[in-house]
Amino acid sequence: MASILFYILGFVMLAATLLCVTCRNPVHAVIYLVKGFFALALMFYLLGAPLIAAWEVIVYVGAIMVLFLFIIMVLELAPREQPQEPGWQRWVPGLLLAASIMICTLLIIFQDPSAASHGPNHFVGPREFGEALFGKYALAVEVVSFQLLFAAVGAYYLGRYQPRRRNEEDQT
Amino acid sequence: MSDLLLNLALILVKLGLIFAVILSMAAYLVLAERKILGRMQLRHGPNRLGPFGLIQPVADVIKLITKEDFVPDQSDKWLFLFAPGLTALTALLSFVVVPFSPPLAIFGRELPMVVCDLNIGLLYFLGISSLGVYGVVIGGWASNSKYSLLGAIRSLGQLLSYELSMGLALIPVVLTAKSFSLTDIVMSQADWPNLVRHPLAFLIFLVSIAAESKRTPFDMPEAENEIVGGFHTEYSGMRFGLFFVGEYINLVILGSMLTVLFLGGWHGPLLPPIVWFSLKVLFVAFCFIWARGTMPRLRYDQLMHLGWKVLIPLALLNLLVTAAVLLALKG
Amino acid sequence: MGIWRDIKGTLLPFWITLGYLFTKPATIQYPEEKRTPPPRYRARIVLTRDPDGNERCVACHLCSAACPVDCISMQAAETEDGRRYAAWFRINFARCIFCGLCAEACPTLAIQMTPDYEICNRDPLSLVQEKEDLLIDGCGKDEEYNFYRHSGIGVVNPRGGNEDENAPVNPKALVP
Repeated sequence: MASILFYILGFVMLAATLLCVTCRNPVHAVIYLVKGFFALALMFYLLGAPLIAAWEVIVYVGAIMVLFLFIIMVLELAPREQPQEPGWQRWVPGLLLAASIMICTLLIIFQDPSAASHGPNHFVGPREFGEALFGKYALAVEVVSFQLLFAAVGAYYLGRYQPRRRNEEDQT
Repeated sequence: MSDLLLNLALILVKLGLIFAVILSMAAYLVLAERKILGRMQLRHGPNRLGPFGLIQPVADVIKLITKEDFVPDQSDKWLFLFAPGLTALTALLSFVVVPFSPPLAIFGRELPMVVCDLNIGLLYFLGISSLGVYGVVIGGWASNSKYSLLGAIRSLGQLLSYELSMGLALIPVVLTAKSFSLTDIVMSQADWPNLVRHPLAFLIFLVSIAAESKRTPFDMPEAENEIVGGFHTEYSGMRFGLFFVGEYINLVILGSMLTVLFLGGWHGPLLPPIVWFSLKVLFVAFCFIWARGTMPRLRYDQLMHLGWKVLIPLALLNLLVTAAVLLALKG
Repeated sequence: MGIWRDIKGTLLPFWITLGYLFTKPATIQYPEEKRTPPPRYRARIVLTRDPDGNERCVACHLCSAACPVDCISMQAAETEDGRRYAAWFRINFARCIFCGLCAEACPTLAIQMTPDYEICNRDPLSLVQEKEDLLIDGCGKDEEYNFYRHSGIGVVNPRGGNEDENAPVNPKALVP
């Protein structure tokens, strides 16, 4: 049962990502990507990692996609005038994806309503996850966080206010 | 198999109960807000329908349902129609993990007084609360109106800036409770509430949830005197009602989260636990209404300044100090 | 200390609004409670009578000329003794803005404003009031004033016979 669900979710995720890449409207693309992330979160849950599933939703859906939307809207990348829609056909893929994610979630819930048994897979709780992250893989975590820090400093350098240079441009 | 069915039935019953309670609470919070704001401005507030205007919510619902459900021309129709439901739904979903009373023993079974006691309940709450912005943003964008778009952008920026400080303010609580489960967090506050142990985290969380639920003084996304109605400018009828109700459900949710995380949940002397819980939730809701009656709206750059330059460094510092103190106490 | 001032500035408003929460609302709930308007309140217009019980209005049209919304209209007529009166007198309260200019313009104090403000109606035509609706039995604000006892043509007293009135001047006489 779990493996069937896993493959269905994998297909849903791939389809959603494909639709995201081919979609012309950036806001619609973000919505497809969000659906893909939901499917991915469910897959992580099926693999016995509820913590990662939660973080998938919090970090990717709740923060990074929100940032994407923010940038799309601030830069007005999305077409302001909608073309006259051909009707419901355009919504079939989105609705199908949403419905399949919904059905998979319901199936997981019905299989194990109280989440008492964690299935055949190894179940990773928050404690084990934290120990692995800050014990076994501490070096990797540190390296990645340094990378992020460099990126943040670089972004600040590129985006800082430069009054002097602007004056020079005005003069020339 | 029968065990499974029983579990399912229990969950459904609890869901239905919570659904009814939260919705009626939200409806009456609308009335309470109007009454309290009115009294603070030396008015009466709604008092025509029934004693003290108690039937007003019913009248509001009837009015909203019978109004025209307007869809603007050139809008992204399907997204426009879906968005309000998304807001109300995500607001409702958060309540699944809130424990409102200690586990009851009925028929020899331990019955937890929470729909689903997730071991990562806190993360679930954070995830769902950050999903709530999607309804607002998609609704605002799909309306094809500049005011709605501005409201959507504002709520996006607000969520991005305040979610970080909210999450960071919760980590000290998790550190003392040693669990992500909300039931365990409440259990850890049996002696004294987290408000006493983490006052700074409490303040940061309070400000952050006010910003996240778009309450005054952080209600820029729907600032009436700048951008008409913000993200719900183009909505009418029950779809506007869903946005509206979603906001008040959010108020209940945030009140109960504040209660669970910082005010000691159901713990309290004399009265039964569920009464204490509801009293605390209502008190928090009253405080938010009180703040709306008192404080002016922030300017947008002030909001960003407060979020990024004050709350996040403070939350990081608070986290560092708490972790150091806990380590010192332990070792 | 800046920070103490800020904290005080944040918390004091909360105290003040809490105080207002327990203050009696200033609202007067209209249909149940009614405020008494001051005596010079400008609302429903009436036509008054002089102390003798006759109509004060002499149909001079000054009120209808002064009216900025043209809601007053009348037809002048004359009795046998030369006294002027309004054959009909009509005020359209649906148009009246209660500015009081008609009452100021009236030389005989006939048209006056009263504090009776409850004249709204669902049927606008019922707000067009005729002389019979407008005339009251009293003298209104000035109980002693009687126009024909002070000036005007000889209706009550012969011309020039009123106590504060000079005898009529003969325009054809050369002697001053």
